[in-house]
Amino acid sequence: MKVINFMGQRKLAVLFSGLLLLVSIVSLATKQLNWGLDFTGGTLVEIHYSATADLNAIRSTLETQGYAGSSVMSFGSDQDVLIRLPQGYSDAEGTALLSLLQETFVGDVELRRMEFVGPQVGDELREQGGLAMLLAIGLVTLYVAFRFQLKFALGAVAALLHDVIITLGFFSLTGMEFNLTVLAAILAVVGYSINDTIVVFDRIRENFRKLRRAGPVEVVDISISETLARTLVTSGTTLMVVLALAIFGGEMIFGFAVALIVGILIGTYSSIYVASAWTLMMGVTKEDLMLPVKEGAEQDDLTP
Amino acid sequence: MLNKYPLWKYLLVLSTLLLGLFYAAPNLYAPDPALQIAGQSSSQQIDDKTLRRALNALDEAGIAYFGQTIDASGRQALLRLEDADQQLVAQARVSRALGDGFIVALNLAPTTPDWLSDYGGQPMKLGLDLSGGVHFKLEVDVDAAVERRMEYFVNDTKRALREDRIRGLVRLNSQEKLEARFQTEALREQAREIIAQNSPELEIERVEEGDSWNLLAAMSPQARDEIESYAVSQNLTTLRNRVNELGVSEPLVQRQGKNRIVVELPGIQDTAEAKRILGKVANLEFRLVANRDAAQSDKQRFEYRSADRSGSSEWLERDVIITGERVSTAQASFDQNGQPNVQISLDSEGGTLMSRATRNNIKRRMGVLFIERKYRTRYEVDEEGAEVIVKVPYDERKILTAPVIQSALGAQFQITGLDNPLESSELALMLRAGALAAPITFVEERTVGPSLGAENIRLGVRSVYYGLTLVLLFMVLYYRVFGVVAVIALTSNLILLVAVMSMLGATLTLPGIAGIVLTVGMAVDANVLIFARIREELVNGLSPQMAIHSGFGRAFTTILDANLTTLIVAVILYAVGTGPIKGFAVTLSVGILTSMFTAILGTRALINLVYGGRRVRKLSIGGSQS
Repeated sequence: MKVINFMGQRKLAVLFSGLLLLVSIVSLATKQLNWGLDFTGGTLVEIHYSATADLNAIRSTLETQGYAGSSVMSFGSDQDVLIRLPQGYSDAEGTALLSLLQETFVGDVELRRMEFVGPQVGDELREQGGLAMLLAIGLVTLYVAFRFQLKFALGAVAALLHDVIITLGFFSLTGMEFNLTVLAAILAVVGYSINDTIVVFDRIRENFRKLRRAGPVEVVDISISETLARTLVTSGTTLMVVLALAIFGGEMIFGFAVALIVGILIGTYSSIYVASAWTLMMGVTKEDLMLPVKEGAEQDDLTP
Repeated sequence: MLNKYPLWKYLLVLSTLLLGLFYAAPNLYAPDPALQIAGQSSSQQIDDKTLRRALNALDEAGIAYFGQTIDASGRQALLRLEDADQQLVAQARVSRALGDGFIVALNLAPTTPDWLSDYGGQPMKLGLDLSGGVHFKLEVDVDAAVERRMEYFVNDTKRALREDRIRGLVRLNSQEKLEARFQTEALREQAREIIAQNSPELEIERVEEGDSWNLLAAMSPQARDEIESYAVSQNLTTLRNRVNELGVSEPLVQRQGKNRIVVELPGIQDTAEAKRILGKVANLEFRLVANRDAAQSDKQRFEYRSADRSGSSEWLERDVIITGERVSTAQASFDQNGQPNVQISLDSEGGTLMSRATRNNIKRRMGVLFIERKYRTRYEVDEEGAEVIVKVPYDERKILTAPVIQSALGAQFQITGLDNPLESSELALMLRAGALAAPITFVEERTVGPSLGAENIRLGVRSVYYGLTLVLLFMVLYYRVFGVVAVIALTSNLILLVAVMSMLGATLTLPGIAGIVLTVGMAVDANVLIFARIREELVNGLSPQMAIHSGFGRAFTTILDANLTTLIVAVILYAVGTGPIKGFAVTLSVGILTSMFTAILGTRALINLVYGGRRVRKLSIGGSQS
């Protein structure tokens, strides 16, 4: 097997990651996220018109009826319309809006979906979401520290933060709506990325014990090369299914799928470069991994 | 011999898979669109005559139906329809034919055959985003309940001080605290003792202000918590009761967090109607049964509420002893002889009023009136000739029960002489449901139309289908015979996932379907790890049998570590997420667990069957082998 000199390029990787992170953080700081209704609160109505909907007519109807600050856009097709009212309207406005639009339209309008989120709920969800993200990263770090070693745990955290920030940055830059399902997807990215990282770490640990003469950089390079096929195959199959979701899953799941696509791409890269490079920078040596436990014996018992 | 499983391991894998197939099978039977008919009160019976009236209405409208049944308890009837598009029309027709006394609900009747349902087989439940319906989140205004309680303390203190002839000024100040002013320290100390004795829930402070000796009392945090949890749980009971009226087949009313209540109503589209019923006010009155010789102007006639005594009525006095707001708890229970009864506690003011009224009226009867805002349905024709449904509100007052007063009643008493436990529990429910313990506000509302729900299912299934096909094709092309084994493992994993979800009664949501898709992608990982390892071992020069053996062995810890961390994330998602997100977390966690079983044990069993225990020259695992 050919050993690829991954770590030789790590300066380039640091530059690349640094650039992505910088762009993401700047965008998150200045543009922030396009928060969905779940987080801002407000009212959202999705309506299906029996014929092409005239968005301008709907806008002027809403304006004359005193729905200031509402946004009207088509959703998926020209017969589907999404209307969003800002926070401050009561929970009864959605129904009122629907009957208003039916009155001003000759054909049929059908309610597809209506959502009302009160301001307090929005704030809470935002808080809870952030908390969940931190909790997930924290617990995973603990697990890695426990199963491997602290330096590996720090490498894993670096990779996780890297992935989450860049995925969030992608949503900020593109202005795609950030709602609860996207948040769930980002947590799934955390799960996916750590999964990938651990496979590489596992091999590094194994090789540190096996290849006693090799230096840390060499060990890492060998380990990444050995697991590369697996990393690419798994990322490939997962990308396939997530692409299927993005293409066939419909509008409501699109953001979710996009978050996963970005997260998987960046997560695959980071498990190769960020996690391992960071662990190396923390100065990992084989002494860190010499456990007193006889792993071989234990392993045989567990094997099915 | 290498790579041979003992027989029991093969049997374990096989039987797990068969069990999985069995419990996944109910999902193959599409449910029938159906109507569910029930009486307004839970003790009301549905008889053949009622059912025939409903069927006649459907016949007239030319709507095809089948499989109409009355369930064993006789309180519910179900009739299935041929065509889902006619469900709404059918509901309107039947509810019109049966009148206001019945609830006609839309339902999806499972068609699980008996041989499956007898062993607990049931299809997965669909979340609101797939079935259509309304999700409400209500917040209980606890501050209002606390304020009401403080007002009561103020009145109670005023009364107690007056009775003991202690002069002072008692009021509720702007910080919602009880403030009492006295002219001497001695008076204040006396008052302090009385308040502390009467209202142990209060924390009392002494404050001097100029030449007046003051007391400031606020509710202790524990008392506040108690009121909060009581208010929420009583509102929960009330809402459950009201949701039943809406005619929804599988409603969910659940407490969430400290002071929130989630109500989910599958199939409901008319949110305005749902909100009106959830937020409505009902009340109770306790009045004495009028004496025979009472003047006509002093008494009123009311009918009984329960179906067994329908038609019979009672004359009650016009004077109200107490209203339902004084009832603090009501619990169905049994006396020493095993007879059902209802234990009632009143607040202290209610207790005083009750004892004053009953002291001199022992052996007379006392009626409990239930007052409910109801809506009469009228069908009118508007100016364009179209029929419109008009709901006219009115207050319905009916007698729940009229027991004999056995002795002077206080703050705690019981109602006996009830026929059965069902009656006692319904009476207790009604007594509690009198009024909402604290006002509620709607803080979140999500409605999904039925067409969007159906579309979500279609799109979700389509993406699972395409995603799975792509992955399976890739695996076979890349790993050859081992790929075929992985395909079988992956398919079994899907079957087991669906089976476990069905057995748990878990709810499938749109993000849940996404979770299944993601599981498909990630479940291959375990196989890929093993196969990649076997290929490596072959390259390292191991014999095929040894390569299989050590490939599985070495990949195991990696798989375990990788999956456990993902599981940690999934559990956090479950703990923090709500509704659809929870659905995603459930499918993800179940998928991880089942995939570990199929990828490690299942794949191994198959590989052993194919290659184990014989001389193998070359493994069909793709890639270059030396």
